[in-house]
Parts: sequence; structure tokens; C-alpha cells
Amino acid sequence: MTRARARLHRIAGKAGLYFSVLVLISPAVLFFLWMLSLAFKNEADNTAYPPVFIPNPPTLDNFIDVFAKNDFLSYTINSVIVSFSATGLALLLGVPAGYGIAKAKASHAAVLILIARVTPGLSYLIPLFLLFQWLGLIGTLTPLVITHLVITVPIVVWIMIGFFEGLPGELEEAALVDGANIWQAFRHVAMPLARPGIMVAMILAFIFSWNNFIFGVVLAGRSTRTLPVAVYNVLTFEQISWGPLAAAALVVTAPVLLLTLLMQKEIVAGLTAGGVKGG
Amino acid sequence: MSASTTVTAELPAGRRAPSGRRNYARHYWLFALPAAIVVAAVIVFPWIFTLYMSVHDWKVSGATPFVGLENYAKMLTDERFRSAIVRTLLFTAASVVAPMLLGVWAAVCFANNFLGRGIARTIFVLPMMATPVAISLVWTMMFHPQLGVLNYLLSVVGLPPFGWVYDTNTVIPTLVMVETWQWTPLVMLIVLGGIASLPQDPYEAAVLDGATAWQRFRHITLPLAWPFIVVAGVIRMIDALKAFDTIYVITLGGPGTASETLNILLYQTAFAYYDLGYGSAMVVVFFVLILIITLLLLANRQKEITA
Repeated sequence: MTRARARLHRIAGKAGLYFSVLVLISPAVLFFLWMLSLAFKNEADNTAYPPVFIPNPPTLDNFIDVFAKNDFLSYTINSVIVSFSATGLALLLGVPAGYGIAKAKASHAAVLILIARVTPGLSYLIPLFLLFQWLGLIGTLTPLVITHLVITVPIVVWIMIGFFEGLPGELEEAALVDGANIWQAFRHVAMPLARPGIMVAMILAFIFSWNNFIFGVVLAGRSTRTLPVAVYNVLTFEQISWGPLAAAALVVTAPVLLLTLLMQKEIVAGLTAGGVKGG
Repeated sequence: MSASTTVTAELPAGRRAPSGRRNYARHYWLFALPAAIVVAAVIVFPWIFTLYMSVHDWKVSGATPFVGLENYAKMLTDERFRSAIVRTLLFTAASVVAPMLLGVWAAVCFANNFLGRGIARTIFVLPMMATPVAISLVWTMMFHPQLGVLNYLLSVVGLPPFGWVYDTNTVIPTLVMVETWQWTPLVMLIVLGGIASLPQDPYEAAVLDGATAWQRFRHITLPLAWPFIVVAGVIRMIDALKAFDTIYVITLGGPGTASETLNILLYQTAFAYYDLGYGSAMVVVFFVLILIITLLLLANRQKEITA
């Protein structure tokens, strides 16, 4: 009798769990489904009331429209250049820095990184805006790459500190005993071991740089817009045509969503460790 | 600081360890040097320059006379600034409480093993990874008073249409909802990381003693995972104070100034009115505000741990 009740209890618990999970993920599921629905419906269905939920038939017109009316290709190239440069530079600078800070146990350096995490992105913009104006760089991609370092460098350093602290030091010590210098110990022993950590840092730095809006809004000129800024401009000019707007939004965020789905293990590990967020 | 660095620091200069096992600790800072130079240029320099600008009357062009604390004094009498502060604190409080409750609940759920956990967790995390501008656009379309899908769904269940971001009374709660939707996953991940690191024995003992799921949560998970929950709360609070992209895209501080938080006002002051001196002073106050709240929360945490 009690055993049957215990089993019933377990089944009820399991059902409750599934129900909770369903409730928790449904806002995300419904939101992204609606986004897809808007992007693949024709204009008449998008402004219909009551709303049409399933595109019938699905159309690519919105995507064609968005690419025809906007120079999205060049904005995509801008975004790719900025995010790849900012991520690459951050890895070059941040991986050794994370190693040095972890090895020297320089916790005050880590605090600086934390403060950078706390600072609102806007507060960097006023002085840097003036600096770039003074240097005559406004209207090029350079200011964007440089300001995106504000996002990517702390992410990489922070994740790499944690990762290098977690590595056992014995192998490097053995290399040092065998006469390697610290650079060689880092380059040939620690770095290969840290490859999963570098992967995590790279993915997160890339995503948060790709998503960044605020730096682009202030620093990008007409031809140097990144995708988020370009999409925002679609909103201001096409308030009423929802299809192209949703299509544009989907184009910007699709790479990030795909990356998240493919690399979920790395992303979850990185976010759990650092609580990182860009801007 | 660890013991090893203290020990090496106390060694007299002449008594280095034999070669081959030299003390390398003093050279490791070289690894951080390039990053330190870049951080100094793009992070520390702006901090210092902001302080400098905040005591000058600084417009984009023309002379920039020193005005002392005038910019700061202006804030005290600036009605718009004061309302922005109040609004920011209200928005932040709500945008911490709701994601914390939901995030802890989600973490407890995802700590269980169940079929489809991986994919469910990934879907749950998508809102915080998606490009903020993109999701803001979709929310904006959903909030549309006549054609928006949300008011249609309300009408289906027999509720009157809601004002969402088009009504001064509902704009802040609506933005809190977006913020909650977007950032609950981060709370979940941090707390989940904490729960995953907890020892299993107390749970096994509790199950043997016949504790209910709620009792296990209340008396084991909550106290043991508390440090992680505090960290998640501090991070959430900082991010809520800094919220910008979604508010900027969805309302730009409107209707009127009903959703103008400090960050939005800051943007308008510096980059719409080009009053860079006053904007810089606001940045300083904003930064101090964030730092104070952060330190208060962390100090509180220290007390709890030592108590």
C-alpha cells in the first residue's frame, strides 16, 4: 500500500516537473515561433485581425524586400569584421592575461575586470566619442572594433582566469624543470590544455560583440552600421510593414541562435562560471 | 592572496631558488601587460576623462570652461533627472525580484534529470543570447494596441485590451516583463551551477526521512545554494540598472518620459542634446550609485557568511 503510494507520489512529482518546465519555456517558445510566423507571412496576413498564426503559404518576400531596400549585405560585412576583429584581438590579449593573472594570483587585477563588468557601456562612450572625433576616426570601423574590446576583453580574461586556475599546475612545472621558460610552458603546455576554455571565451565574446547595439548607435556612420543598428533603422522607417521588420530581426539574430543551439554546452559552461554579459 | 606569493615575497633577493626551478611568479605579470595597456586605454582612460569632463561645461564644439561642481549641483534641482532616478530604482527592483523568483524555480527544475532536459535548457537560454534589438522589435510588434498578438490573446480569454508600452501607467511593468523574459535565464544558470556543486548526501538523507520536495528545497537547497543566489541577485541588479537596448528600441523613454530611466536620460543628454559635461556628471553619479548598491549587497553577504 505505502509502496504504491510512494510510486504515485513519484509519478505526480515527475508530472509536476514536466508541467513546470513547460510553463517556464513556453514564453521563449511562443515568442520565437511568433517571430518566425511574422517573418514568413505575407503583408496582408501580418496585419490581419484576428491574427493569422501559421504562414500559408510561407513566403520569402519579406527577406527579399529587406535585402532589396537596405544595404544589408554591407552591414553584415561590417558586423562580421567588427565582431571577428574584436574577438580575435581579445583572445590574443586576454588568453595570456588570464594565464598571468591566474598564475600570479593577482586578485586585484581580477577586481578591475569586475568593475569593468559593472560599468554601464554608455559611460565609455562620451570620452571615446570625443577621442575618436579628435583622431578623425568617426565614420570608419576602427572606433567600433576598439569599443567592442570593452566588451570582449573582460569576457575573455574573466573566463580564462577561471579556466587556468582550474588546471593542475604539475605539467607546466615539469616543463619548467626540464628547462622550458614560462612562455614555452604557457604556449606548449597550458594553452593546449585550455583549448575548451578558449572556445567558450571565443563564442561568448563573439556573441556579445555581435549583439552590441549601443556603441554602434553612437559611433557608426551611414556606411559603417553594424547589423543591430541597421535593423533599428528599418524600424524607424518602416513602422507599419511588419514582415520585413521581422525578417530583418531574424537575419540579425539567426547566427546567434544557431550558435547557441549548436554550442549549448560551451555557452552554458561559460555563462555559469562568469555571469558575463556584454555592454 | 595565497600563501605561496607571501612566502616568495619574503625571500631575500640573494636567496633565489636554484636555477631550473626559479621563482617565476614575478614574471607572470608580463603576460597581462598587453591586455593591461589596452584596458588602460579603452576602460581606465574613459573613467578618468569622464571625471575631468564632469567638472567642465562641455558641449561638442566651442570652449570648455571649468565650472567646478556646477553640473552636479544642476542634478539636485533637475526634475527630469530626479524622476529618472526614481523610475530606474522602481524598474530595477521589479526587474530583480521577478527574474530571481522565476530563475530559482527554473534552476530547481533543471537540476533534475528528465527527458529533454538539454534541449529545454537551451530553449530557455535563447532569450538572453538573442540580439536585444531583434527581440525588442518583435516585442514592439506584439504590443501594438490594435493589431498586436498580445491584445488579441487577451480578447480570446475575455480580457479587455491592455495599454502595454503605449500607456504611461503600464509602460514600466511591460518593460519589466521584457527584462524578466530576457534575463531570467542568467539567474537560472548561475543558481543551477550552484545547485550542481552541492553535496548529494543531505538530499539522500532527507528522502529517507520522507521530506517533501518543498521541504528539501526550503531546508537544503535554499540555504546551501544561498551564496550563488546572492551572486545571481547582484549581477541581475547591476544589469537591470544598466538596461538600455530594450528600453531604447521599444519606447525611447516614452510615452513622454514615462519610461526614461537614468541610462536613457544619459544617452539623450550626451548624444541628443550634446551636453557632454552634464552627461559625464550623470555617468559619475550613476557609476557611484551602482558601486554603492553592489558593495552594500556584497557586504551583507560577507556578514551572513561570517555570522
